[in-house]
Amino acid sequence: MKSASRLEKVLEKGEFAVTSECGPPRGADAEVIRKKGELLRDVVDAVNVTDNQTSVVRMSSAASCFILKGMGLDPVLQMVTRDRNRIAIQSDILGAAAVGVNNILCLSGDHQVFGDHPKAKNVYDMDSIQLIHSVKTMRDEGKFIEGEEIKPPPKLFIGAACNPFADPFEIRVPRLAKKAAAGVDFIQTQCIYNLDKFEEWMKGVRDRGLHEKVYILAGVTPMKSVGMAKYMKNMVPGMDVPDEIIERLKGVDKEKRAEEGIKICIETIQRLREIEGVSGVHIMAIEWEEKVEEIVKGAGLYPRPQV
Amino acid sequence: MIVGERKPMEEIEAMIDPFEKIIVLGCRECVTVCSAGGEKEVGILSAALRLSREQKGRTIEIKEFALERQCDHEYIEQIRSMVPNYQAVLSMACGAGVQFVAEFYPEIPVLPAINTNFIGVTEEQGYWTERCQACGNCVLHLTGGICPVSRCSKSLLNGPCGGSSDGKCEVNKEIVCGWQLIIERLKSLGQLERYEEYIPIKDWSTSRDGGPRKVVREDLRL
Amino acid sequence: MSEESFEPKIVAFCCHYCAYTAADLAGSMRLQYPPNVRIIRLPCTGKVDVLHLLRAFEDGADGVYVAGCMEGDCHFINGNFRAKKRVHYAKKLLDEIGFGGDRLEMFNMSAAMGPRFAEVAKEMVERIKKLGPSPIKKAKAQKGGDES
Ligand code: SF4
Ligand code: SF4
Ligand code: FES
Repeated sequence: MKSASRLEKVLEKGEFAVTSECGPPRGADAEVIRKKGELLRDVVDAVNVTDNQTSVVRMSSAASCFILKGMGLDPVLQMVTRDRNRIAIQSDILGAAAVGVNNILCLSGDHQVFGDHPKAKNVYDMDSIQLIHSVKTMRDEGKFIEGEEIKPPPKLFIGAACNPFADPFEIRVPRLAKKAAAGVDFIQTQCIYNLDKFEEWMKGVRDRGLHEKVYILAGVTPMKSVGMAKYMKNMVPGMDVPDEIIERLKGVDKEKRAEEGIKICIETIQRLREIEGVSGVHIMAIEWEEKVEEIVKGAGLYPRPQV
Repeated sequence: MIVGERKPMEEIEAMIDPFEKIIVLGCRECVTVCSAGGEKEVGILSAALRLSREQKGRTIEIKEFALERQCDHEYIEQIRSMVPNYQAVLSMACGAGVQFVAEFYPEIPVLPAINTNFIGVTEEQGYWTERCQACGNCVLHLTGGICPVSRCSKSLLNGPCGGSSDGKCEVNKEIVCGWQLIIERLKSLGQLERYEEYIPIKDWSTSRDGGPRKVVREDLRL
Repeated sequence: MSEESFEPKIVAFCCHYCAYTAADLAGSMRLQYPPNVRIIRLPCTGKVDVLHLLRAFEDGADGVYVAGCMEGDCHFINGNFRAKKRVHYAKKLLDEIGFGGDRLEMFNMSAAMGPRFAEVAKEMVERIKKLGPSPIKKAKAQKGGDES
């Protein structure tokens, strides 16, 4: 074992893992995190805590992870390279590990133009792959980026994101290979709606044996409405929402659409479980954490294994 | 070349408001090529400033002049006898030129009339784009000749990010994704396999992060 | 200077192939057009530069216009399109300094359009009459008044 991560244990045991996400509040109230944590307790194996998602200022990921950890959950510290240089990043990693955080997700982060402080200076001292490499060096070699010794090193299970649908498609598999070579342990993908394209990507992944080097958790997000589906399709760069999904939502009564969205999500998970090389799912129910339990149960993934 | 663009008139007018006698000083290098601060732009700006002043019932005396370069002593020397007769110099050179002129005439305010934008190229007449951020440690040989520092909105050395869509950057559809260009170029060079080479974390100390930089060539010094 | 008695000074940059010839034609057709317009002949409006337009105002013009060939008919293919963009740039600059971009305009016409030439001249004179004298003249007049 590389870490004390529950997620790692579940995956090592060969169980189909389930992770979810918790977005910190735009205020200083710890209760919000606790409530969301409560909704996810025992329902998932680990909980990602987003890091100023879409560049909107929120309570820090590290502090929120600390709160969840205190509740007995296994948080995943999301870390974007947009806002911190290598000094701050390594310092936050040490701090997180010290309070018992066992997982990290290495991201470059959305550009700040999307957020509430578009006039900010961005940092990008490193990119997500360099971050993976740095965390691995810290953990396995016990060394800081500049080579000095760390005592004791932070034992983190290292994750990253992958978008099988972004362009250019031809480098989507090589990009995963690059992350694997840099030392990533698990991947959480972008939300999957276009299963055919995802399967095509997975085939490429298997052809290169990458599914044996890294655990792949397939990302899903339940649609709440037609509006949300259209927004995701048209406004979110690198998101692939086939028209069938929108049509299917349109096909039911307005008040039943959220329910239909959950149904689609559950069916998607069932199909994903059948794909060779998919080790789990990552359920991103954005500000809809109360539905995660229903999805997990509906997909037959409850109860979660005791590890 | 260095690409710049005239500041809004309101800002320039506010800057020179206290003065009645100024030099508008152009530069015949980069800012001439990008039509921001050459001889002609000196003429245009001076005319606009006079018109603006006169309509307010005030006057301004403007000496229009353009130096070969504002970033070299020998040219700055040319205006030595002229400068003391004016209250301010409104420089249309890049930020470097403005400062260098100021260093030579410490008793006279030297003001910037243009915003210095970037190091770039003329893609088409009247259309300039960025190509380099002077990071001081060029990686073009690793990235198919396309600069990830200046052409990727996040300066990713191992891009692209997940936001690249249809060849466009996530920041907006008018920005071509730098990493898309790198990949296309590697492909046309028959080197797509190089995409998987990991580019290690960059030494930014050669960039502005290391403090003001200098280049010293002992062989050339007198 | 009362508004009624104000006779604006207008400078027209005219392309030799069209507007300039049209002006001639207007003359020989005995079409009346205001005498306020001073014509500057250009080999093509593509010759006109932002600098010339501003200088005309500096030299006391109350209004300035550029008259070139019909779009698509420029003898140098796109001289008139270039002129249009420059006029646009100068208009913006004049707006920025509060001088008023309306004092500047671009027109297109052919050599055969004598009446159109006269109409444009009238139109411009009317427009400038409404706008009043160039702000720099106004300012100077006021200053003169203050001093006396
Ligand atoms: S890598 Fe650095 S020096 Fe080279 S083009 Fe890019 S910014 Fe300029
Ligand atoms: S979309 Fe392309 S250019 Fe824009 S930040 Fe991502 S990799 Fe860089
Ligand atoms: S020839 Fe008349 S505008 Fe160009």
